[in-house]
Parts: sequence; C-alpha cells; structure tokens
Amino acid sequence: MQVHLRIQRYNPEVDAKPYFAEYDVEVEPTDRVLDALNLVKWYHDGTLTYRRSCAHGVCGSDAMRINGRNRLACKLLIRDVGTNITIEPLIGFRIIRDLVVDMEPFFEAYKSVLPFLINDDPAPVGERLQSPEDRQRFDDTTKCILCACCTSSCPITWTNDEFVGPAAIVNAHRFIYDSRDQAAAERLAILNQKSGVWRCRTVFNCTEACPRGIQVTRAIEEVKRSLLTGDVS
Amino acid sequence: MVSNYRGYRPPQGMVSWALHRLAGLGVLVFLLLHIVDIFAVGYGPEAFNELLFIYRHPVFRVGELILVAGLYYHALNGVRIILVDFWSQGWKYERQMFQAVIALFLLTFIPTALLMLRPLF
Ligand code: SF4
Ligand code: SF4
Ligand code: FES
Repeated sequence: MQVHLRIQRYNPEVDAKPYFAEYDVEVEPTDRVLDALNLVKWYHDGTLTYRRSCAHGVCGSDAMRINGRNRLACKLLIRDVGTNITIEPLIGFRIIRDLVVDMEPFFEAYKSVLPFLINDDPAPVGERLQSPEDRQRFDDTTKCILCACCTSSCPITWTNDEFVGPAAIVNAHRFIYDSRDQAAAERLAILNQKSGVWRCRTVFNCTEACPRGIQVTRAIEEVKRSLLTGDVS
Repeated sequence: MVSNYRGYRPPQGMVSWALHRLAGLGVLVFLLLHIVDIFAVGYGPEAFNELLFIYRHPVFRVGELILVAGLYYHALNGVRIILVDFWSQGWKYERQMFQAVIALFLLTFIPTALLMLRPLF
C-alpha cells in the first residue's frame, strides 16, 4: 500500500525555519513507521535525519511526534496510523536537525534524581536479596527506556524549563520504593523542590504516551503522597 | 509557546486540564469584576443598587451563564483531581471520572441555564 508522509525538516545551517517535506512510499500495513522513514532515507532523500538504533522498542532513540502524539517509530505499525502520516520532532527540545533533538536537558534532569542504587552497608558476598513482593513494589517503573515520550508530551514541560519531568520522576520512583536502597529521603527532598513533583497537574499525557505502558502519573502521585505522609512503603 | 499546544493532538486528560485552566482563569476575571462592583457599596446603598442594573442586562446575563459553566466545571473536575491525588486507586478511574464530570456538569448546568435565561424571554 502507498502512504503519504509529511515530515518536518530543518537544517539550521541552511533553513531559516522548519518546513514540511512530503514523500510517498510503498509499504506493507504490518510495516512500522520506522520502515517508511528508512525507505525515504535510503531511496528518496539521504539527507533526512532521525535517530534509531535497536529498531525493536528497546533503546528509546526514535521517539518522535507521529500524527500529533509521541510514539516510537519502531513500535508503531502503519495499519494503526493510516495512510496520511505526519512526523515531527519531540516538542520542548532544541532541534538539532530534522527529527533529531537535543536530549541533554532531558538527561540532566534524569541524573538530578540520583537514579542509581545507594546503600552504604558493606556489600554482601552474594547478591542483595529481596523478596518477590518487595521487587514487585517498583516493577512498573523498572521498564523505562528513557525515550522521553512522556516528558516531551507533558504540557508543563513545554513552558517550564525547570520541571524535572515525568521520566526523571519515574526513575526516582524506581529507587525510592526499592527495599535495598537507602536514599529515598534524599530523592524525595529533590522532588519536593519547586522543580519537582508538585509541578505535575495530573494531565495524564505522559501515561498516554509511554511506549512501555508505564503508569507514569500513578508513579508521580505515589511520590506526591509519600512526600505528604512520609511513608515510603 | 502557544504553537506547542497546537502541535500535540490532545488526549482526553489534556482536554480536561485545558478546560480546568480556562475555567479557573475565567472565574478569576469575574472575581476582579466583583471586587469592583462591591467597591460601589462604599458610596451608599443607592449607588450600589444603581450599579446592579448592569447585571440585568442580557449581555451580562449570558456572561454570568458562562461564569456559572466555568464554576460548575472547575468544581466538579476539581473533585476528580483531588481523587487522583489522594485516593491510591484514582489513576485507574481517571477517564471514567472525567466522563462522570461531564455527565454531572450537563445534569446541573442545563437546569441552571434554563432558570437563568427565563427572564430574558
Ligand atoms: S501527569 Fe503530570 S507529568 Fe504527566 S503529563 Fe501530566 S502534568 Fe505532565
Ligand atoms: S517513562 Fe515511558 S515514556 Fe517516559 S522515558 Fe520512560 S519509557 Fe519513555
Ligand atoms: S529504535 Fe530503539 S526504541 Fe526505536
């Protein structure tokens, strides 16, 4: 079947501002949007620029706006988007070129919540054991692939550069509720700041956008309630 | 910045949030107006009563109706947000609660609108 692609293009070295380029390509309904992009790049216009790596929804590099919603191009089938497909870069980040945006601020926010295990007890000989129930507590937020679909879908981040954004909170959540970790209080203090969880207005755009099906708003609300009650169980 | 909002095809939650903001700002504007008209009380009851004629003007009536719509929506959706914030299962029923907000809004707003507009006909 033939699909019509409208792709936002922008090369800051020659273009005054972004514009749309249109391409028609022949694809199968079961192909992914990424396959259509590859066809354009390989056979129509080699200058089209986008990120992708694993092509299987694991690495998180090809988040983009497809028909107005943040999606991974490698996880979205043509038959689910129809024959007219508009592709734009993520909102809220500086465009480096075409669909490639500057993710540095996103990773800065991620790093700010201490997204690693902190435990000052002497390391045991084997593993740090944990009951299945304790592991289950934060299972949902372990699935994040840092694609930025959520953060870039959040209307708050579009106008507020300070807000750490849903992805950073998801990754803080993953350690706050981990029974093996000892720095929950530190992370909660970070998220209690002006830039933290209170900026979230429960819009649920992040939850709708997450390609891993993480209940992002739920995680944020749990952190908010922990801040109110002091209870991190 | 406004173009950002146009660039994202709003999911239901974003619609509920945008309406909530809009209603909140609308109510705020009315509040400022209300402070001005209450101010007239300082010039005695006659002055105040005289000023109230504006509120009987049809244009103002319709304006008040929009205000009531804003108040009802903001109040009902506010309850939904409180439930999402404080009830640990709230996130699960966010969509259904929004549908309930819309239903309750229509149920309360339509009779109010009829009552308020009756004097105009
Ligand atoms: S739920 Fe919070 S973080 Fe997620 S999109 Fe809404 S405001 Fe942003
Ligand atoms: S929470 Fe979901 S949408 Fe956000 S960065 Fe992680 S995987 Fe992507
Ligand atoms: S290319 Fe790795 S997630 Fe899409």
